[in-house]
Amino acid sequence: MTDTTDLAIETEGLVKVFGTNRAVDGVDLRVPAGTVYGVLGPNGAGKTTAVKMLATLLRPDGGRARVFGKDVVKDADSVRGRVSLTGQYASVDEDLTGTENLVLLGRLLGHSRPAARERSAQLLTAFGLAEAADKQIKNYSGGMRRRIDIAASILNTPDLLFLDEPTTGLDPRSRNQVWDIVRAVVAQGTTVLLTTQYLDEADQLASRIAVIDHGKVIAEGTKGELKASVGSGSVHVRLRDPERRPEAERVLRAALKAAVTLEPDPVALTATVDGHGTDLGAAEQAARALAELARAGITVDSFGLGQPSLDEVFLALTDRPADGTPPPNPDRKGTTA
Amino acid sequence: MTTVTTGKDPRQTDALAFEAPRAEDLAALLVGHERPPRPSALSASLTFGWRAMLKIKHVPEQLFDVTAFPIMMVLMYTYLFGGALAGSVSSYIQFLLPGILVMSVVMITMYTGVSVNTDIEKGVFDRFRTLPIWRPAPMVGYLLGDVVRYLIASAVMLTVGMIIGYRPEGGVAGVLLGVALLLVFAFSFSWVWTMFGLLLRSEKSVMGVSMMVIFPLTFLSNVFVDPRTMPGWLQAFVNNSPVTHLATSVRELMAGNWPAADIAWSLGWSVALVAVFGAVTMRLYNRK
Repeated sequence: MTDTTDLAIETEGLVKVFGTNRAVDGVDLRVPAGTVYGVLGPNGAGKTTAVKMLATLLRPDGGRARVFGKDVVKDADSVRGRVSLTGQYASVDEDLTGTENLVLLGRLLGHSRPAARERSAQLLTAFGLAEAADKQIKNYSGGMRRRIDIAASILNTPDLLFLDEPTTGLDPRSRNQVWDIVRAVVAQGTTVLLTTQYLDEADQLASRIAVIDHGKVIAEGTKGELKASVGSGSVHVRLRDPERRPEAERVLRAALKAAVTLEPDPVALTATVDGHGTDLGAAEQAARALAELARAGITVDSFGLGQPSLDEVFLALTDRPADGTPPPNPDRKGTTA
Repeated sequence: MTTVTTGKDPRQTDALAFEAPRAEDLAALLVGHERPPRPSALSASLTFGWRAMLKIKHVPEQLFDVTAFPIMMVLMYTYLFGGALAGSVSSYIQFLLPGILVMSVVMITMYTGVSVNTDIEKGVFDRFRTLPIWRPAPMVGYLLGDVVRYLIASAVMLTVGMIIGYRPEGGVAGVLLGVALLLVFAFSFSWVWTMFGLLLRSEKSVMGVSMMVIFPLTFLSNVFVDPRTMPGWLQAFVNNSPVTHLATSVRELMAGNWPAADIAWSLGWSVALVAVFGAVTMRLYNRK
């Protein structure tokens, strides 16, 4: 990927400082055109700040950023002509109705009044908002707001769409709707830069992912590469008898030489298979562990071997101390993300 | 095992059964759409002005400050000072009305800063700033919308004034010229507030700063009394205040005269205000 023309976004050492806080601290990104690129990180990692710089809303304090080869500072106007931003908070006017918002934007994008009205009606229908077209946005539900927001962003089909945490605060159903819209938009050739703090969202939508923490990219690659970089999978075991769980834990730990987590479910355990100290593959190791359980007379109701989730990848990356040796601490699962 | 925090939006229930995606529909919408040419600076500004009108339509309460407030100003000052300063209400209103008109409209301009500030708090401002349009258009749009508000306030005050005895000798032409000059100045002066709206962090601080500027500027003028009774140092300020030039211009125009020097001063101040505060506003807007 050395050809610059195939890159929707290219940044080199991008920096933004607020007071003493280095919100974005030397970010290098290369986002291929026509893909969904996920930027994953916890709250305050610097995702929104990075997006705002790329969308020409903030001036970088250091480094360079180009969108379709155009510098976001020197050539801000031509960048603006090709991108759209759907911010973390609804980027529409709450006092106005759905139709008014879209017609307003249509006019600002150069459509004639009739053309803006027509386009607005089409978009509202396609996004299931026809009935709410004449209601003020402040009376919309969270999911409806996100939809009108995205509709506003594709009024003129952008070449690059920034979606900053598009599903934060949405119920699962609305979230699925937003995902479906994103997939449809990408299918038409728009590049999407998606920031999220939800690992499953990045997993669902993005082809490449950058993990950001404290303003720095701590990992970058395809989903597969990121998972592989953690070098482990997980074995999920469900026992018939919860009484036997402490014993099962000992057996698994001995067989796999790895950390075993007791799940909230009293019959379930999860163990990591890290492949250290053996030539066996993860599946062979797991099979051996299963055999050990059978030998101990512990009945196993179900058993599964999975690739590490992005959750585990994230914890592995962010919990790792500076020297980079210890593996993730499974006890912290679900509290950091 | 992601912890999904669900927002506490009271309107979370989506009443509409939305089946996403209508992939074919969406595809049809996205494909083959020509990008129209960019709108002109004027067109973009007028569109933002239209937005301000829509806001008035949806939130008509915001007209309170251009209706009830000006009526109160006229009645309060006419009856409070009329007898004492000019011997009678009817003779004072001839002097006061143009001045109180200037004072009220200049006071109302400060709401511009509040609306700019309120918009920044919301995401819609970010959307405007990513549009490929003439950069000052959103700001000019606010001000165009506000000019309509100033026009309403002027009409209301002139009506009330006429009811209680104001008789402009300049006739319709004089009154219209006076109002036009006032609107030009108010438009220019509002750039002070767009600057503060962008500069300050909260609506409250915008209000606070506005009051600090507005009160001395409007009271220390010839709106209520002839400056000749004031101490010399105060006269020096009052006689050179833009509000005094403007109040004199409006008063004389409505009385059928042509105060060339004061009109020139008022327009000069207008140009200077736009040049300085317009430039600072746009710098802040671009750097935000």
